[in-house]
Amino acid sequence: MSLSQTAASPGALIWRRLLRHRLAQVSLVFLATMIALSLAAPLLADLRGIDPTLTDLPRRLEPPSAHFWLGTDDLGRDLFQRLLNGGRVSMLVGVVGALLSAVLGAIIGVVSGYVGGKTDDLVMRFTDGVISLPTLPLLIVLAAIDPAKVGIPASIAQSETFSLYRIVAIVALTGWTTAARLVRAETLSLKQRDFARAARALGAQPLRIMFRHILPNAAGALVVATTMSAGALTLVESTLSFLGLGIQPPAASWGNMLTGAQELLQTAPMQAVWPGLLIFLTVIAFNFLGDGLQDALDPRSERRT
Amino acid sequence: MSRYLAARAVEIAVTLALMSFIVYLLIGLMPGDPIDMMISGDPKMTSADAARLRAVYGIDKPLLERYAAWGVQALQGNFGYSRSFGQPVLDVLGPRLVNTLILEGIAFLVAIAIALPLGIWAAGRPRSTTDYLINLFCFAGISIPTFWLGLLLITLFAVALGWLPAGGMAEKSASLADHLRFLVLPVLTLTIIQIGSYTRFMRGAMIEVLRQDYVRTARAKGLNERHVFWGHAFRNALIPVLTVMALHFGALFSGALITEIVFAWPGMGKAIYQAILDNDYNLALVGLLVATFATIAGNLLADLAYIWVDPRVSITDRS
Repeated sequence: MSLSQTAASPGALIWRRLLRHRLAQVSLVFLATMIALSLAAPLLADLRGIDPTLTDLPRRLEPPSAHFWLGTDDLGRDLFQRLLNGGRVSMLVGVVGALLSAVLGAIIGVVSGYVGGKTDDLVMRFTDGVISLPTLPLLIVLAAIDPAKVGIPASIAQSETFSLYRIVAIVALTGWTTAARLVRAETLSLKQRDFARAARALGAQPLRIMFRHILPNAAGALVVATTMSAGALTLVESTLSFLGLGIQPPAASWGNMLTGAQELLQTAPMQAVWPGLLIFLTVIAFNFLGDGLQDALDPRSERRT
Repeated sequence: MSRYLAARAVEIAVTLALMSFIVYLLIGLMPGDPIDMMISGDPKMTSADAARLRAVYGIDKPLLERYAAWGVQALQGNFGYSRSFGQPVLDVLGPRLVNTLILEGIAFLVAIAIALPLGIWAAGRPRSTTDYLINLFCFAGISIPTFWLGLLLITLFAVALGWLPAGGMAEKSASLADHLRFLVLPVLTLTIIQIGSYTRFMRGAMIEVLRQDYVRTARAKGLNERHVFWGHAFRNALIPVLTVMALHFGALFSGALITEIVFAWPGMGKAIYQAILDNDYNLALVGLLVATFATIAGNLLADLAYIWVDPRVSITDRS
């Protein structure tokens, strides 16, 4: 009998505790389903024999049927397939934006906290400054910037994926502050701990201490924050796209599917219900998952309440 | 105290100056420039005319020089004209600022009036079904897209039931009741999206305080539970909650933007958004600066509230 059968690894322990959090469990299943479905969207479209980009005006706003599972939109496109395509974009922006924010924030936070002194003061002042900016109006200005004026060639700026890259960059630009503050605070206490001192005494380079010794120990808090910010950034993406400044049609995103729906409220309210409901459920699932992870990573929190 | 305030005033001035430069730069990166608009409005204009106009307006000068010129004018209280309104920028923003403050102020007070009791209630019975349901409701409030919530409320109360107007604002001469009818849905929207985080803060702070030694001491010396809960725990839990709320009030200023757009409420957020879409550079620039100032002022209020509520906090302790 090997030891591994009796003693669970820390990862397995966390996993088991996470599954005990019922809402996190449901959220995990929901998110996995949504991601799988939206990744399989092209395949599914082929199977059903539907082209989601094909506009067919005579068949606009059809009710749900065996052919169009959720009916058609105001241009006669299949609503179900567009929801899946939109979901792929919205969740991609949320997840990639959150990961990018986490990486940016972690680097800024660990360096600032480890170096300390004047550098730390300056970086934290700057972070506070960014936090005190009015986020949404600023995001709108960033989204309205003319790519030609910042030296991006027209061939890239006019490509279909450009609005996707741009919005990921924009949400990451404002999203890194949470991770930076979190990692910095952790670094301040971790760099005083014995293992960090020992590494220093053994002559390890600062970069090695920061990224090999300190960051892995701050990973737990970072994972929780990143999960929650994936939800928050999905919300930001949908808001910008709703305002017409994010993902550009004809590409679908949950946000821009709601732009036109406002005029259809009287005739076809379901056009406005589905995309919004999916945004809502996805964001809340990310938040529940983050909450569950927090409990799983910090066993003391269970006794706390 | 006065030294602290002076230091903070300098800090705010520096932040605003920096912000004005960043925003000036970003606005300059938006498509086209004011002369392009004139060209599209007047087909007889030649490119020589355009170049001459650019020189007259100083658009051909380097960025720093233009910014400095703008800054000098701004310091004298001259913020320029709004292109789309044909009025001085401040005349356009003034009434809209008042509208935003009305909407935001009411929603803020309503949210607090609901969130504080809810959070305290949940903290009094942790891990109960009530606590669980309140927590669920909080997460829903945090996660719901503002514009979608607005659309749903319009569909229900304006389109289906026809009880309330779908958006806009009453005429100035209208009765108070009419004014209030236009406020109900936007206030409801802003309230619902705020309640979640306030309730969770209140609950968290309350539970944190209830675990403190002095609460145990108060119980041990035989005080009744109501006295312990309200006299000892509640008052101390309120301190961090007040701070967070003051911080939120500043941030709410930009959060109201979506609500104002969905409900066509003529406030600051909608004005800024429209200015950006219409390439109304001056209006967008000054609007963003006012919004930044509001956020920073909220932060300052939060700090002052902290000092005022909690006598243990001394200003000199702040690093």
